[in-house]
Amino acid sequence: MTADRDALIRIRGLHKSYGPIEVLKGISLDVHQGEVVSIIGASGSGKSTFLRCLNVLEMPQAGRLRFEGFDFDFDENSRHRPTAADLRLLRARIGMVFQSYNLWPHMTVLENVIEAPIRVAGQPLREATANAEALLARIGLVDKRHSYPTRLSGGQQQRVAIVRALAMAPKVMLFDEVTSALDPELVGEVLSLVASLAEDGMTMLLVTHEIGFAREVSTRTLFFDQGLVAEDGPPREVLQDPRSDRLRQFLKRVLHTDVRRDAGHAVDGSAGAQAIEGSAP
Amino acid sequence: MIATWWEGFEPYVAGFLDASVVVLVLSICSILVSWIFGLLAALGKVSRFRLLRWLSDFYIWFIRGTPTLIQIFIVYFGLPQFGLRLSPFVAGVIALGFNGGAYVAEIIRSGLSAIPRGQTESAEALGMGRSLLMRRIILPQVFRIILPPLTNEAISMLKNTSLLSVITVVELTLYSQTIIATTFRPFEFYIATALIYLVMTSVISQIAAYLERKFARSL
Ligand SMILES: Nc1ncnc2c1ncn2[C@@H]1O[C@H](COP(=O)(O)OP(=O)(O)O)[C@@H](O)[C@H]1O
Ligand SMILES: [Mg+2]
Repeated sequence: MTADRDALIRIRGLHKSYGPIEVLKGISLDVHQGEVVSIIGASGSGKSTFLRCLNVLEMPQAGRLRFEGFDFDFDENSRHRPTAADLRLLRARIGMVFQSYNLWPHMTVLENVIEAPIRVAGQPLREATANAEALLARIGLVDKRHSYPTRLSGGQQQRVAIVRALAMAPKVMLFDEVTSALDPELVGEVLSLVASLAEDGMTMLLVTHEIGFAREVSTRTLFFDQGLVAEDGPPREVLQDPRSDRLRQFLKRVLHTDVRRDAGHAVDGSAGAQAIEGSAP
Repeated sequence: MIATWWEGFEPYVAGFLDASVVVLVLSICSILVSWIFGLLAALGKVSRFRLLRWLSDFYIWFIRGTPTLIQIFIVYFGLPQFGLRLSPFVAGVIALGFNGGAYVAEIIRSGLSAIPRGQTESAEALGMGRSLLMRRIILPQVFRIILPPLTNEAISMLKNTSLLSVITVVELTLYSQTIIATTFRPFEFYIATALIYLVMTSVISQIAAYLERKFARSL
């Protein structure tokens, strides 16, 4: 392993088990500023667990994580295990968006977006509001700022959830299957927003089943298999020319269902591709 | 006819008012005590410590499985054997509050478990600490969920204060019994007593309905 001093995130030997079940079996990875890393793999291969270890929603049993000023060693006996205060600071710097949008139903759209900037980052109300309104304007939902989340469509809710994370000005964004809970006709609007963030140069890791989208938008693709990174490379190489049988079989399965879905709805990879073409000058 | 009825009541109006105020004060005190016991027991039930979980379970099991009247007797007649002599009012508030707490604990616990895990996670992922996310994200949602069952609890608490007549708290029920002992008009006076309880429980329902409407827009 070559020392990579410039990496934004540096992970070494990450292990995570639930009881006797080892879900992550020693993952090492460097992610650089501006990289868009798509993560694919069969259900249960540890993709979500991996993302959740990056902002330590799950505490790994072993391994190291370096990010900005943080340098954690998760080993039980280590003196560099993160404290509760470390975790709050770390998570304020890493945005995460989930499959179920998880907006807070008792707060309006605007209140959802300004809550963490005010209570966690200590921004003044005015500044947080102005910033939130600018972000909501970007996704065309500024006129919904006083609505409650349940009044919004799934696609709108998920875009607000993305904006809520962006409002903390994170250094990295984690996306965990953010379109999986959506009706097919709403997938496109969320993917275009993710694609436009990629264009802005946001560093991100995204778990997705939208293979076409991964190919168009990401700069790097990881294939997770049984708790390990089985393939890692530029999306075109990994997706067009898989080295392992397991990836070949996985792609066959996923693309087959993609084709079936595309027959009914013009979404999926094509939506992401359109978003990029559409926003090109 | 009505005029003669009213003449029969008139001497007791002030007494009824006083007794109603006693019912209200008893209810408010007992309800507050039940919220404290209920919150403690609910926290005990989800505690990391087995002893606390066990204590909460035992408390809820005992309260729900025994008559309220016996619980009142234990506090008022039983505790003096251990040197703890309480006034009827204080014993009544403690007994009713302790009783209600077991039901409130179950309400709070089910309210907490009704909040999806993702609500906590999304707050944590934004850097919120435990107490901040409890205060800002979880409890406001729990409160909306438990408002209707808590209202029912408040109403049964108000009705249960009538049990305290047996330990000589001069509230509405005992007061009407003393009048009936001299007037020999049980029907009229018990109906009047019932109507006063009805007004008080209806006011609680109305307040709760107003609060529910106020919160409804967001859920
Ligand atoms: N909180 C948990 N407790 C126990 N097992 C879990 C937990 N979370 C995930 N797992 C298990 O870990 C494995 C990997 O899960 P996950 O990371 O969600 O996979 P993926 O996102 O790739 O589908 C699965 O077998 C799952 O059952
Ligand atoms: Mg997953």
